[in-house]
Amino acid sequence: MTNNPKTLFDKIWEKHLVDENEGQPSILYVDLHMIHEVTSPQAFEGLRLAKRKVRRPDLTVAVADHAIPTWKGRNTISDPIAKQQVETLTKNCDEFGVTLYDMHHENQGIVHVIGPDLGLTQPGKIIVCGDSHTSTNGAFGSFAMGIGTSEVEHVLATQTLRQFKPKTMNIHIEGSLPNGVTAKDLILGIIKHIGISGAVGHAIEYTGDAITNLSMEGRMTVCNMSIEAGGRAGMIAPDNKTINYLENKPFAPKGKDFEIAKKEWLDLRTDVGAQYDTKIIIDSNEFEPFVTWGTNPGMVAPITGKIPNPKHTVDEDEKSSISKALEYMGLKPDTKIQDIQIDRVFIGSCTNSRIEDLEAAAAIVKNKKINPNVSAMVVPGSTLVKKIAEKRGLDKIFQDAGFEWREAGCSMCLGMNPDILSPKERCASTSNRNFEGRQGKDGRTHLVSPEMAAAAAIAGHFIDIREL
Amino acid sequence: MKSINKHNGKVVPLDMVNIDTDQIIPKQFLKRIERTGFGKYLFYDWRFKSDGSINKDFILNQEKYKNCSILVTGDNFGSGSSREHAPWALNDYGIEIIIAPSFADIFYNNCFQNGILPIKLDKKIVKEIINKSKNENGYKLNIDLDSQLIWDDSEEISIKFDIEKFRKYCLLNGLDDIGLTLKKENEIQQFESTRSLTGGVVKKIT
Repeated sequence: MTNNPKTLFDKIWEKHLVDENEGQPSILYVDLHMIHEVTSPQAFEGLRLAKRKVRRPDLTVAVADHAIPTWKGRNTISDPIAKQQVETLTKNCDEFGVTLYDMHHENQGIVHVIGPDLGLTQPGKIIVCGDSHTSTNGAFGSFAMGIGTSEVEHVLATQTLRQFKPKTMNIHIEGSLPNGVTAKDLILGIIKHIGISGAVGHAIEYTGDAITNLSMEGRMTVCNMSIEAGGRAGMIAPDNKTINYLENKPFAPKGKDFEIAKKEWLDLRTDVGAQYDTKIIIDSNEFEPFVTWGTNPGMVAPITGKIPNPKHTVDEDEKSSISKALEYMGLKPDTKIQDIQIDRVFIGSCTNSRIEDLEAAAAIVKNKKINPNVSAMVVPGSTLVKKIAEKRGLDKIFQDAGFEWREAGCSMCLGMNPDILSPKERCASTSNRNFEGRQGKDGRTHLVSPEMAAAAAIAGHFIDIREL
Repeated sequence: MKSINKHNGKVVPLDMVNIDTDQIIPKQFLKRIERTGFGKYLFYDWRFKSDGSINKDFILNQEKYKNCSILVTGDNFGSGSSREHAPWALNDYGIEIIIAPSFADIFYNNCFQNGILPIKLDKKIVKEIINKSKNENGYKLNIDLDSQLIWDDSEEISIKFDIEKFRKYCLLNGLDDIGLTLKKENEIQQFESTRSLTGGVVKKIT
């Protein structure tokens, strides 16, 4: 035990302090700034007006992912406003000397998928992006968080960020996950347990066998939805899985540098005896395959469960939230989750669009056909993921089953491009938010794992993947 | 950035918890590259029906709440996406103060970048303000940021609120964060000169 035990978060924070003054936000150095078309144009415009430059274009990477179409062979953007936004990103990157992966580039993909894909994401870094799901990168033991556009401008101009230090929270999962429970179920269960504002003001560190047993991609799924629990960031200490994942990635250090980095990375862990501001212990037996039934990601029920009845709730705010959510979702209290019929399936998003997600879903749909009442699509998280999947024949498995196989992008997770639900369409989605209108006005979203989404596509309603 | 000190304005209650940024400004309006003009899209799916006509049932559309500048609402306001379009839309619509028992982190930060004052008050007081603004026509609140006081004309509500000193200082003076940070150029350069040693793991990514 060291004399002054520290948490993983504290170690990263302290290493990045540029300036610190009592009562003021600290100034932290940013190692990697990722940008996309939606939250950056106003920031570049701000720089231009103030005659400022991008301080470190070499630590800045841009990608087009939100507003671009995903149809096969995409070569134009038909929506003139989206087109202008994507073109503005290109123009800004040219003018300010920032590397851009546009929709035709082999490195293109969802911003939170390509960081790890390319090895840009590394342990111990501070990583920011004008996007709340930046927390995904925390799976590598980095401090990664979403910021607003004014802060994007601040990072572009100064390569630093002003932040009040968040509190630390440890979410410890006791025991290993039961069979048939995925990383997505784990994070949905955590949000169910602590609530959607349970981690507000905190940086979360996830620990326990259920966490370390996850693959790197599973860890990314968990960290990705930290924001859905209100967390400022989510992180998992690096271990040999992290090292193995990063070795030989294009932007990871090479040779001797990698050996030096590896040693430092493996040192990045919470010391024995370090105190977190908040500690939450959850029994792994609490987890089952989960389905959201309402209009926020905390409205979660096990696949064996029922839609809640607001009559059984005492709290007035909660009662009205449940009633309002059920009205929007077109669901009746006490309905069995497995009786909910679906119209659409979306497998994609920064939560669940990596190669293992696609493999897991493909294993379920192989040699089967999707239900005739369902239309389904797979949108790989990056062009690289798509390429690997095609090499393994997953595209064929999905297409033979009746799925559409698309180009990489954010797609129907938020429907900023043409991929949206029609009013009242009900979707089993592997994405991260089931807010009203998120996937299209009056669209109804149920968040599930890729396995559960694939199984629902075949059955036409939700089913328990443990019984397959 | 515009400064805030004293404010007197009409209150509109949104008596719900967990209002997310997808509701504040739906995604179809995020494609615009400007920072202004988002007010007409604020709470779009609640303010307007599918055919584009005004939803008269929605509270912001009621005559009584016309020209309101203070929004009072439930826990965890602004959860979800980091989109700064949310405070831009609120500000452009005319909202200058938001009162809630709690806010989502990114949204809370974004407010200060745009001259909006988010005030956290005890749940009981928030409920009281919500009820008063529902029951009284033209219910108004006064806010004095410098003295951190909030009160209504009857003074039935009169309370001190908390705010970080630095954030208050920036709002009172309309200070731009970037300008402040650039004054620390020496510290940033100093950090950068030793960064490969302190970080040890950071590679250039050109």
